[in-house]
Parts: sequence; C-alpha cells; structure tokens
Amino acid sequence: MAKQIILGAHFPGVNNTTVWSDPAAGSQIDFDSFVHLAQTAERGKFDFFFLAEGLRLREQRGLIHDLDVVGRPDTLAVLAALAAVTDRLGLAGTLNATFHEPYELARQLATLDHLSGGRAAWNVVTSSGAFFGENFRRGGFLDYDLRYVRAGEFIQAARELWDSWGSIPGVREAGLFADTGTFAHHSSQFDIAGRFGVPRSPQGHPVILQAGDSAGGRELAAAQADAIFSRHHQLEDGQEFYRDVKSRLAKYGRRPDQLKIIPGVSFVLGDSDADAHERAHHIRRQQVSPQTAILLLEQLWNRDLSGYDAEGPLPEVDPDVSGDSIIQGRAGMYPDRLATAAEWRAKAEQKNLSIRELIIEVTGRQSFIGTAARVADELNRYVQTDACDGFILVPHLTPGGLDEFVDAVVPLLQERGVLRTEYETTTLRGHLGLA
Amino acid sequence: MTLHLAVALDGHGWHPAAWRVAPADPAAIFTAGHWAGLVAEADAAELDFVTIDDTFGPPSDDPARVTGRLDAVLVAARVAPLTRHVGLVPVATTTHTEPFHLSTALATLDYVSRGRAGWQVRVSARPEEAELLGLRPPLPAAELFAEAADAVEVVRRLWDSWQDDAVIKDVATGRFIDRERLHYIDFAGEYFRVKGPSIVPRPPQGQPVITALAHSPAAYEFAARSADVVFVTPADAADASAIVARAGSAPVFADLLVFLDERAGSAIERRARLDELLTEPERSEPQRSEPGQSEPQQREPQQREPWQSDAAVFAGGPEQLADLLISWRAAGVDGVRLRPATLPHDLTAITRLLVPLLRKRGVFRPRLGSLRQRLGLPAAVNRYSEGASVG
Repeated sequence: MAKQIILGAHFPGVNNTTVWSDPAAGSQIDFDSFVHLAQTAERGKFDFFFLAEGLRLREQRGLIHDLDVVGRPDTLAVLAALAAVTDRLGLAGTLNATFHEPYELARQLATLDHLSGGRAAWNVVTSSGAFFGENFRRGGFLDYDLRYVRAGEFIQAARELWDSWGSIPGVREAGLFADTGTFAHHSSQFDIAGRFGVPRSPQGHPVILQAGDSAGGRELAAAQADAIFSRHHQLEDGQEFYRDVKSRLAKYGRRPDQLKIIPGVSFVLGDSDADAHERAHHIRRQQVSPQTAILLLEQLWNRDLSGYDAEGPLPEVDPDVSGDSIIQGRAGMYPDRLATAAEWRAKAEQKNLSIRELIIEVTGRQSFIGTAARVADELNRYVQTDACDGFILVPHLTPGGLDEFVDAVVPLLQERGVLRTEYETTTLRGHLGLA
Repeated sequence: MTLHLAVALDGHGWHPAAWRVAPADPAAIFTAGHWAGLVAEADAAELDFVTIDDTFGPPSDDPARVTGRLDAVLVAARVAPLTRHVGLVPVATTTHTEPFHLSTALATLDYVSRGRAGWQVRVSARPEEAELLGLRPPLPAAELFAEAADAVEVVRRLWDSWQDDAVIKDVATGRFIDRERLHYIDFAGEYFRVKGPSIVPRPPQGQPVITALAHSPAAYEFAARSADVVFVTPADAADASAIVARAGSAPVFADLLVFLDERAGSAIERRARLDELLTEPERSEPQRSEPGQSEPQQREPQQREPWQSDAAVFAGGPEQLADLLISWRAAGVDGVRLRPATLPHDLTAITRLLVPLLRKRGVFRPRLGSLRQRLGLPAAVNRYSEGASVG
C-alpha cells in the first residue's frame, strides 16, 4: 500500500504570507474564522489543525511591526473552543518551553486531550530571548545554549506528570475516588514535586511535535517527538533532512515510522498551470507590498532603508554586519548577510529587478503551484519518495484559504488512495498511526 | 426589585460526598459531556453566569474525595460555542501563573463566547502548590492578595493595550494596524514586570468581568480594589445586611449551598444521607467486597453535627428557597450564587423549580447581552484611549 499523506491545516499567521489586503480576507481574531478553517480541514479529512503562539508582538527598529497581520488568540483557549465544533480533527498548539512551566502546561494539555476526546497535540518550540522575557516573570532567564536542554527536560517532566496517576477514578462502593499518586522531577531546569490534578487522558500523552531545525532541535525530535514541523519543502533538501533525522532514531530505540516529518508548505491552484502561476505572482505582489519589500530588505541589510524606493534599484551600501539584529520577535534568517546580499545583487542585475521585484523572487515563494491534479501528484511524489510524510498547509487567506484545496485536491488524493475518505480512528495518535 | 442569579459548578457538586451519589461514572467530570450538559442547563434557564471552580494544585489528596479537576478556563472555552446566553466565569489562580498568559486566555474566552467571559480570581495558599512550580518558597499569606492585585492590574492593562480601532487595514500605506493605537503597559511591581502590549486584540467586552470570593479582611480589601463583582458568604439575612454595608461599590453576590427538591423532606433526607457517607470511616474499609463475601459491616451512623461549608447550607423546597433569596435581596445583595450540593440533581432543581418561581414572582428578569450588560456594569472605557482618564 502507498504511504498515506498526513495533512495539517495551519491557521494563517502573523507574517507576510498572510494576505490581509485581499477583499476576501476575514478577521484574524473572530472565532468564526477559526471555526471555518477547522471545519474545512475536517471536511477534507485532515489529521490536524495547527496554531502558532504569540508571546510578544514583533518589532523592527524598536517599533511594533505594522505591515503584517497583528494579533492572535491564546493557543490553548481557542483549541479548547474548537474541540466543540469539530469531531475528529486533531488540535495542535504551539507552546513555548521557555515561557511556560511543566506542571501548568501538562495540566492544560491533559485537559485539552480530555475535552477533545484524545485530539490534543503540542508543538514544542524554544526561545531564549530577553525580548519575549519582558512579558514574563522570569524575564530573559535562559541561556541560548540551554534552550533544547530545557525543552527536553520539560517534555520529560510532562510525560512523568501524565503518567503519574495511580488509578482510574473511581471505586464508588468503597468510597475511593482515585489515588493520584505522586511525582517528583529533578533535573537541571526543574525541581518540582507533588500530585498532578488530572487523570491519564485519552491519548495518554498528547502528540508531541517539534519545530526546531538546528542539530539540537533534530536530536530533541529524535529522542522525544512524534512529528517534526520542518521547513524543508524542496524535494532533495527534504529527502536529505528526512534521512538525517530518521537515522538518529535508532540510538533511542525508536523505529523510523515513530517520527513523522511534516514540512510547512504553501500552494496556489489554477485552472491551468499557467493560470496558477499567474495567480501565484498576483498573490506574491499582495504579500510583498512596497513597504513590506523595504522592510524585508532591511531584515537582511540590518539597517534603516526607509528612504529607498521599493520600485527602484537595490541600495549601494552593504548590509550592516556589526550590530545586533534590528528585528525582534522572529527567528534569525541570514547567517551570512554579505554573501546573501551579493547573491541578491547578482540576481537583481541579471534580471534588472527593482527592490520589490527582487524580494518577490527571493523570499517565500509558494511551494506547490499548478492545477489540482499537478499539485496532488507533486504532494504525493514528495511523500512516496521520502522527502516527507505529509504537509502542514499554510493558506494565504483567512478564513477561506483552504476551501479550494479541500474541494479540488483532496478528492484527487483520495482517488489515488493516499488520503482517508473517512476517519477510521477517534484520536490524533490513531490518525497518525502512532501507538 | 430584581435579583441576579448565578450558579457555581464544581466536580459532582459542592458536597464532598456528591461524587458517591452522582448518576454518572465518577470520572465523568473529566469529560466534555459533563460540562456541556451542566452549562447548557444553566444557559437554557438564562442564568446570568456560571462559575467553574479550580485550584492550581489538585483539589484534595484524600483518595476518598475528588482528587482531580480539569483546567477551568479551558472547560469554559470548550462549552462556549455550545451556549448562547450564560456568562462563563472560570476560576484562574494568580500565585503560580503568568499574568500575561492569564490575560490572553481570558481575552480569548471572551472572543469564543462573544462577550460572555469573566474571571474568578483565586490565590494559591498551600505550600505544596509552590512545590508544583518549584521556583520560589510559598508567599506569606499577607502578600498573596497584594500579588493578586498586581496580576489583575496587569491583566486589565493588557486588555486595554489595544484600542478598539487599532486594526486599520490601510492598503495605501501598507499598514494593517495603527501602532499608535497599541500601548506598552510597562507594569513594574514588587513581584513581576510586564511590558506589553497584549498579543490579543481588545476583547469584545473590553474588560471581561472580574470576580472574587471574599471572606477575610485581606480578601475584602482585594475584592474592593480589583473586582467588578464580589462573592460573599453570609450566614443569614442579617449577616448579609452587615456584609453589604461593609462592601465597596461592586455588586455583591451571596453564596448559598443548595439541596433542593419539590418536597422539602427529600432535600433534607438527601443531605443527611450524604453526610452519613462522610462519617463512614471510609479509608479503613476493605477496598471492595468480592461477590459472595459478606458485605462490609454497616456501622451505626454516629450522631454528628451536619457537614458545614464556608457558605450557608440550604436544604428544602422551592418556595422556601425563593423566600430566603428574596429576604437576602431585601438585605441588599445584588445577586446570589447558588452552589448545587450535587450535580446535576440540584442544578436541575434550581433551573426547573426555583427559576420559574422567581420569574413568576417578578424577581428574576434576566437581561440578555454581554456579561457586563447582564450585570448592569457600564461599558468599559479604554484607559489608553484619548479622552479617557488614566487611573
């Protein structure tokens, strides 16, 4: 049997992938938007709905970033509400291991798993930033090098809490409700003990996703995670990542199928491939307004370029490699600013591109573009050739950005026998084929 | 003269032995269906709000009592899309939690309930709760409420940190928001500093309704300073009158634990039966008698005082309860929060026996709308808007 494709639906995020200027763009915060996307994903028999987390609004040059969608709900509360309007769809939330604490978060995730009948998932991310820390009691307490140590110990502590109940409630006749048992977790980051307030949940342990890409992140995923939310969406690149991560599993006594690789990808559909490419270009122009083009260029140049015309040529001055990054609240993207700038200059000169045209070319191009049949075939090829085990689809529109995909691509994947036509299990672990 | 009517939900009910007589599996309190059913019942009766109880640590470590609870904010969010009218007021604690997370979670509850969110603030005084977090020794009792007041201040400022008109979607300038309409809250207190602004736009009510239970001087002081609604526990109407005279300007709800049946005698009998379950030396009994073995010996129920709670306990019929509540209203309370002794039995008795009676007498006339509107609270002015007096 062909490998089955795992599908996740990413609620559009707070970066320029999400187009807010389109007339079809709806609210980023009204609950109806979340209901629409989640129910569309469930109609398409997706495995899960996926939500990012906000700990602080992004800033650039010390100012709150105002060009992209801003504002989002609390991850756990909105997932709990979505459990009421969906039946089988997994509910995955991003929650930072640095600015949460194990007892409370384990309790909240176990609660979500109970309230959803076994559909909860936790995407573990890390941060060390003093920038985020300004919103929290402990401030920027964690050294950068320790972020995966903390995440690993956090997951371990959460698992111990989830396993800590000594019995199932309750033996009514004898008057015994339940013995909670006790836990004690002492590690380099945590020193906690006591009783956990929630009995073992339907999945036992909610599904754990991991999103970091560094060697530390890959190792953590190999040791602890059920799935990786990766950023490798090119075929060969994906295959190499897939081999690398799956080869790390054996030393933890795990089989390759116990860790799923699921890159975040975008898509554009059209009546013909040419039509799809035209739409893709239109969407790219929406995603990269003149102001956004300058701002994205500043992220590489690391200096104020607000005086430049987005429709004009690249600045003659080189990127500033001396100081701290001007952008805060987002992962660093350019390890070698000068080298990347040289590449961009060469491309702009060769094709005679303006700043905006260049940015449209070099940043965040859509991953899959074409007719529904082409996109279905490509997605399937990636999975069957082990570039990944499935995809987290990132639509560019809230809340209708997945409608076309579910209407047109899902039936083709089902015809090809690589996507379920009905849910066969009730839990997310069940959907993903994880024990 | 009208009375606000709320119900406090916890586990299988407020009597510690309630779980022994609950119709469902004792583990039902860990399912969505349990909560959905209860809150739907309150919603259909148009009660003003339900509170959903919680503590940071487990409710009890005695295996003869209910030893677990789900997170109340998430329970409230889970039932919000299934209900239309009833206010949803979960307990959330301030001692070992992050004010920033509390603020965003409660703002989100206000979005998913379309303006029906509230919050019952609670501190965590037990030393073993500090060990669950493992970051600091227990706070002295006197400081718990000082820290809670700071947490409430941070939560309120974060709710206001977005003006209602912050999202502009101005294509000409490429701006989604007007950043001048977002505000750093720059809170710096003795226990924490929080920069802001919130990640969540200002919630539909602006300020969801903050409540607190007060039965100590420190708690009264905290409630007067920080809460929109205060729960109190009078022993009787005269006591209610004295408490109201001491309370601040916020609406006062009197708590009352309720055994209610059509026939007063049944309610009184049920109370006695539950109390008997408590007086059994439960933990010394054999775990379970196997079939064929003789049953554990029944002991004579000892003559004891009835079980008491922090709130007054009522056991009787609907007319008698209505009279009592009306006398408390006359003593000056704005509303009552009834704590059903057992669930769903006493909740259903409240919604189906008491509520129609109070409606017939013209005492309960719910005003539908946001929770603030239902409680007659003024629209919340944003402290950061131009023209608002910054306080």
